[in-house]
Amino acid sequence: MTTGTAMTRMFYATTALACAAGIAGAEDYSKYGIKADVPGICSYETIDAKDYSGRTLNVITHAIPVIGEPTALHAQQFQELTGATVNVVHVPFGDLFQRIMIPFQTGQQAYDVLFYGSLWLGDFNPYLAEVPEAYQQVSGMKAVTATYRGVASWGGKMLQYTMDGDRHYLKYRTDVFANPEMQALFKEKTGRDLTVPATWEEYNEVAAVFNNTDWDGDGAPNFGTAEVTKRDDLMFSAFISRVAPYAKHPDVKGGFFFDLETMTPLVNTPGWVRGLELFVNAQASMPPGGTSFGLGDEIFSFGGGQTLMSYSWDDAFIQAMQEDSPIRNKVAAAMLPGAKEVWNRKTGQWDTFDEPNRVAYVTWGWTSAVAKDSPNQDMAFDFLCFFANEGNTESDLQIGRFGINPCRDSHFDPAFYESALGWDKAEAETYTATLKSVDTAPNQIFDLRVPGVGEFMSSLAAGVARAQSGEQTAKEALDGVAAEWTAIVDRIGVERVREAYANVVALEDR
Amino acid sequence: MYRQKYIFLLPGLLVLIAVILFPLIFTIRVSFSSWDVYNPGLNNAGGAMYARMWEDSRYWEALWRLSLLAVSTVLMQYVLGFGLALLVWREIAARRFFRVLFLVPMMTTPVVMSVIWRTIFHESLGPLNPILDALGIGAQPWLSQPGFAFAAVMIVEIWQWTPFMFLLLLAGLLSLPSEPFLAARVDGAGPIRTFLSVTFPMMGAISVGAILIRAIEASKIMETVYVLTSGGPGTSTETVSYYIYIRGMRDFQIGYSAALSLTYLIIMAVALTLIAKALVRLMVRGAQA
Repeated sequence: MTTGTAMTRMFYATTALACAAGIAGAEDYSKYGIKADVPGICSYETIDAKDYSGRTLNVITHAIPVIGEPTALHAQQFQELTGATVNVVHVPFGDLFQRIMIPFQTGQQAYDVLFYGSLWLGDFNPYLAEVPEAYQQVSGMKAVTATYRGVASWGGKMLQYTMDGDRHYLKYRTDVFANPEMQALFKEKTGRDLTVPATWEEYNEVAAVFNNTDWDGDGAPNFGTAEVTKRDDLMFSAFISRVAPYAKHPDVKGGFFFDLETMTPLVNTPGWVRGLELFVNAQASMPPGGTSFGLGDEIFSFGGGQTLMSYSWDDAFIQAMQEDSPIRNKVAAAMLPGAKEVWNRKTGQWDTFDEPNRVAYVTWGWTSAVAKDSPNQDMAFDFLCFFANEGNTESDLQIGRFGINPCRDSHFDPAFYESALGWDKAEAETYTATLKSVDTAPNQIFDLRVPGVGEFMSSLAAGVARAQSGEQTAKEALDGVAAEWTAIVDRIGVERVREAYANVVALEDR
Repeated sequence: MYRQKYIFLLPGLLVLIAVILFPLIFTIRVSFSSWDVYNPGLNNAGGAMYARMWEDSRYWEALWRLSLLAVSTVLMQYVLGFGLALLVWREIAARRFFRVLFLVPMMTTPVVMSVIWRTIFHESLGPLNPILDALGIGAQPWLSQPGFAFAAVMIVEIWQWTPFMFLLLLAGLLSLPSEPFLAARVDGAGPIRTFLSVTFPMMGAISVGAILIRAIEASKIMETVYVLTSGGPGTSTETVSYYIYIRGMRDFQIGYSAALSLTYLIIMAVALTLIAKALVRLMVRGAQA
C-alpha cells in the first residue's frame, strides 16, 4: 500500500467519524470569528472531531502580520480543536527562502508545513508532497480558479495548497479622472480627452500632466505615479508589469523570459528595452523619493492620496478603501496598461495593434505546502485544509494586513465587498471585474518559476536599477542582465532550466 | 608526567576549535564547493568560485565603495569624537548629562535607528526636507540620487558611532597625567599649542586603538545600507557585506558567498594590519620622536 493510499483511507475514515459526530450535535463556531461554518471535510466541525493529541506540527511562515498573523491565528484554532501542538516559526521575508531551503537540502525534517512565495516552486518542488486527491476535491479547493490551480501545480501535480491569489493591476483616482476641470486641463495640455490609460505611453503622459499639481485641493502638491522602484524590494515585479505588453506578443508562443527552444534570454530584446525606457521616463512623475520606493512606500503613497495612479498588488487598493482612508470610494481598478506596438521575436519586427495588447501578470501570491519528508502529512494537510476553509478565508479576506487575496470564483462577487466591507457598488464592481479579467485574460504571464529564480530576479533588478540611476542606458543594462542570465543558465544546466521553464510556458500558452 | 600538564589545556583548546576554527575551516571548505540552490552539498568545484569572483566587477566596486565609506566615516567619527571628548573633559556645567547624552546613539539598535533615519530622509514624508526648505536650502533627493544616498549612509554611520570614539577618547583623556599639562602652562603654552604638543601626542596610542576598532566594525557596514538604501540607487551604496548577503541569503549561492567572504576577510586583515602599522608609525612613534 502506498503512503498516499493509506493517507486517503485514513482521511475518509476520520471524515466519516467527524460527520457522525456532527450529526450527534452541532457546535457553535462563531466564537472563532467566522460568519458560518461551511460543512465539509475542512470545516470546523469536521476538524473538531479529529484527535491529534500528543502530536506536534511544525510550521514555518512569514513574519506577522502578512500571512504570519493568519497562520498564528489558525494554528491556535487548530490546536484547540484537535489537541495537537502546533509550533509556528515566523521568519522575516529576506530569510524565508533559505530557512526553508537549507533543511530541505541537508535532509532535516525541520518543518511539516511551509508558507512561502509561490514563485519559489521551481526551487522547492523536489521537496514537496503532492496534495492528496481527497483534499483537491474539497469545495474550497474546487472553487479555486484555473489560473491559481495552475500556479499551485508542477509537472501535472498539485504541490502547493492554494490559500491566496495575487496579480498586478492598475489603480487610479476616479475623483480626478471624472473631474471636468482636470479633464479640461488634460485636454489643454495634450489635445486629447482624459481617459484611463490604455497603454504605458498614455500612463506616463497622464502622470506627467498631473505631476506636482494640487489636484485634490488640500494645499499640498500631488504627483503622477507611485511605483515600486527600490532594488531588492520587489521592483523586478513592477518592471515586468511595464515590459510585458511590449514583449509578450499574443501570437508568439514559447516563452517570455527565455526562448524555450534555445533558452536564449529575451531580456534584452527591443520589447524589454522599450519597457525599461518608459519605466525610467516615469521617474520624472513620481513623488519626491519615488525613485527609491519600496512596496510599503507605494502602498502609502497611493493609498494615502498622494499620487494619481499606481500599479502592483491589492495592498494599495485595499489601503485606499479602508474605512478611515481619505480617498475611500474614490479609487478604481483596471487591467494593467498595454501597448499598441509589440515586439515580435519570431519576425524580428514591431507589430502594430489597433487595440492595445494587454497582458495580465499573475505574480507572486503566498502559498502553502507540506514537506515530502514530513511524518505528519495527514495532520499537515488537515491543517492547510482547515486554514483555507470557506469560513476562515472569507474572514481573512476582510483583514487587509493578513495578505490573503481573492483566488476563488466566489471571491469575484462584488456583493461580498459591498456587504462585508461597505464598499460602494462602483468600487466593488471595478475591483472584482479587474480581478476576473486578469484571471481569464487570454494573454497572461507568470513569474519565472525555475531553479535559481532568486538569482535571476536579483540580476534583473540590479540591471534595471543601473538604468534607473543613469549608470547605464536601458539597452546596456539589459544586455548586462542577458549576459548574466546566460551564465546562470550555463551553471545550472540548460536542460534543467528548460525543463522547469516549460512548466511556466505551459501556463502562459494554455 | 611532564606531558600530562597539556591535558589541562585541552578543554580550552577544544572550545577554541569549536568556536573559532571550525566555522572558519568549514567556510574554507564551502568556498571550494558550488553549493547553491540547484547543486546542494559539498561537492568539489576546485577554485571555480574564486575564478568567478575575479571577474565579478560588482564585488570589486563594492569593495572600493566600502573602503571609501569606512575611511571617510571613521575619520569623521575620530574628529568629532575627539572634539566632544575634549568638550566634556574639562569642568563644564552638566558634564555628566552631556556624557550620557552623547552615548545615546551608540546604545540604540542599528536596524531600528536606520529605520528612523530612513523616515527622516524620506523625501515626501520625512521631516528633513521641510526643515531644509524652511532654511532656504531646499529639499534634497536624499535616497534617490547616488551622491546624496552615499552621504545619507555616511551621516547615519557617523551619527551612530561617533559616541564610541567619544567614549574611548574620553577615557584616554581622563587617564592622562596632569604633570605635562602643568609644565606646558608654566612654559606659557596656549590651548592650541598644548593640544598639539601635549594632548594629541599623548593620545596617540589610544587614538590608534580607537580608530582600528572602529575601522574593523566599519568594514562590515551592512544594516544601515540594508535598511536605508538597499544598496541603491543603482549600486551606488552597495557595500561588500551587503553584496555578500545578497549572493548568500537572497540568491542562495552558498559556495560563492563563502569565497567572497573569505577573500574579503583576507583583504581586510591585510589592509587593517597595514593601516595599524602606518598609524602606529604616524601617531605613536612619530609623536614620541
